[in-house]
Amino acid sequence: MTGKGGVGKSTVAIALGLLGARSGLRTIVVELANQERVQKTFEHQAEHFREVELAPGLFTISIDPQHSMDEYLRIRVGPIGHAIGSSRLFQAFAMATPGMRELLSIGKVWELAQLQRKTRGAAPYDLVIVDAPATGHGVGILRTPRTFAEIARVGPIAHQGRQIAATIADPSFTAIVAVALPEEMPVNEILTLADALDREGLELEHVIVNAVYPARFSEEQVGELDAALARSESSLGSTAVRAALSEHLRSDTQREQIARLRSGLESGIAELPFLFADPLGRPELEQVADALAAGLNEPDRAGEVVT
Amino acid sequence: MSVAALLEGKRVCVCGGSGGVGKTTTSAAIALGMAAQGAKVAVVTIDPAKRLANALGLEELENEPRRVEPERLAPSGLEIRGELWAMMLDPKRTFDDLIERLAPTPQRAQEILGNRVYRELSTAVSGSQEFTAIAKLYDLDREGDFDLLVLDTPPSRNALDFLEAPGRLTSFLEGRALKAFLRPTGIGMRFLGRPAGVLLGGLRKITGVDLLADLSTFFQLLGGMTEDFSRRAAQVEKMLKSDSTAFLLITSAQQESIDEAIWFRRTLEKGDLPFAGVVVNRVHHDILGDGDEQQVGAELAGLLTPELATLVTQNFHDYHVLARRDEQNIARLEPELDGRPVLLVPHLDDDVHDIEGLLRIHRYLFASAEERAQMIAEVVA
Repeated sequence: MTGKGGVGKSTVAIALGLLGARSGLRTIVVELANQERVQKTFEHQAEHFREVELAPGLFTISIDPQHSMDEYLRIRVGPIGHAIGSSRLFQAFAMATPGMRELLSIGKVWELAQLQRKTRGAAPYDLVIVDAPATGHGVGILRTPRTFAEIARVGPIAHQGRQIAATIADPSFTAIVAVALPEEMPVNEILTLADALDREGLELEHVIVNAVYPARFSEEQVGELDAALARSESSLGSTAVRAALSEHLRSDTQREQIARLRSGLESGIAELPFLFADPLGRPELEQVADALAAGLNEPDRAGEVVT
Repeated sequence: MSVAALLEGKRVCVCGGSGGVGKTTTSAAIALGMAAQGAKVAVVTIDPAKRLANALGLEELENEPRRVEPERLAPSGLEIRGELWAMMLDPKRTFDDLIERLAPTPQRAQEILGNRVYRELSTAVSGSQEFTAIAKLYDLDREGDFDLLVLDTPPSRNALDFLEAPGRLTSFLEGRALKAFLRPTGIGMRFLGRPAGVLLGGLRKITGVDLLADLSTFFQLLGGMTEDFSRRAAQVEKMLKSDSTAFLLITSAQQESIDEAIWFRRTLEKGDLPFAGVVVNRVHHDILGDGDEQQVGAELAGLLTPELATLVTQNFHDYHVLARRDEQNIARLEPELDGRPVLLVPHLDDDVHDIEGLLRIHRYLFASAEERAQMIAEVVA
């Protein structure tokens, strides 16, 4: 899952995770940003680089390049791996090499998605949801394995880079999902992302439009509100009517942007309603999951939040 | 306090914050306002909305500031006493320019530009936007053609990327340890002795030999340039820490953005970087005030049909929830600021991506505290 910062990508990732677990899939939500936000949302004490079960069938892990490298070296190179990993020269080399951090992170994601896990004693997952960095970086991180395969050409990194790249490019294995807000910039960004992915031979499978305002008022009602505002003598009444007109305007602008998105994309598009609550706790997340289920099943309509 | 007061005597204004909080628009509105007051201002943006780019007449490929023609600004009705310039950053071009300038010979520059490791470094890699944005800012500052530079920072995953990027890239380019490593006959290798041989073997095993060879060529090409890079990095740091630089934090009133802003503020403090204040965009102002929410329905009864009155009351309630949420989030931010000001810009009714929109934001940013309170009261009442 990818998307610009502030569009609610993490929230949607968790909601999708809840949906996965509800349908009986052993699901893990992977955070790359090193924030342990999922664990915080579930009021779980933050643990780093460990697969944590939050609810039956729903796991999370927060990963970073450093731990990914240590693990990779242990598995790949054996005992000498530890000696290499703890060498300061090697650290400096690995962490300063352009793209290496991204490669290590995506490599760990790939490992999590394997049916034969490389991590000792680890059980496989049915669904791995990756809360990827903001879109610009998102494409970068997807492209990294191939880039590395091309740079290194031979050797284990090149081999594994090619393997990971093939997995990412396989639509029966990997789906790229973008989260967007129904506003001009985020919509532009999604259209650009779809193009960028296309150039990489990848497909944007689904777009989830988050925080869509309800369309509360019909055009006729808006006319009534305008008239009422003109004759209102109550200050509180006028404020309330103005707030209504104002929201109507925003809601209209949003719908224009969603239309623009639909006309510019072939991907599936689901809408999620704006939630008038903050911060989001577990009950709200379950609501988002419900709405997401509805939105994914009926892609032409916004999912209704059942309260 | 207004932005004009915050930026008095400043030559550089860095607008930081997470993505999707109106950073680009705010940067442009700040530049517009300072130009109106008589300064010659350049705003360096990364990826503006198409409408905003068109409104400012920005061309993608130039990579140099260009004056925004006064006619374009005419619809704003604002008298521009100074000059507004704008540019859209081209990271690859900025990077190439830097190499061409620092390379000892044109031929060496061409070799570097053609090197595979360099090509990756300057394009595919995250961090190159951050690095080049600062590099460009530094060059513009040194050239001294402008009274004020406003930098719209890249939409990083988090603000730290942006602050760390110059250091990370410099350490890569500098790579003294790595260079010693790559030249097996060099002093470094002798100094390192046998364990290094084992390490090198391990490294080859993991990375493949070609990667090492390419890196080695890359470093040989860079040769004596690495010192120039370090010197530059030191000067850039000096510029960022200088009294004439101001870091402005741009955020929305949502929990995630506020968390990020608090964290960014602490990072600035740790890095000894000059923090000027916070702009909170898209604030839902309290429209209830001393009023009683229970009264809303009653007030609407005489005005609207019952059905419509119910919808409007529900809408009012939802809005009020957001207003209270915003208020609480902003209250969390305030104790972090050491008395530096928070400037609130209300949630406007549509996306702001044209000159009129810039002007609307500009009015809030450049008003004094009293004027702003007055303007908000007018919106609310």
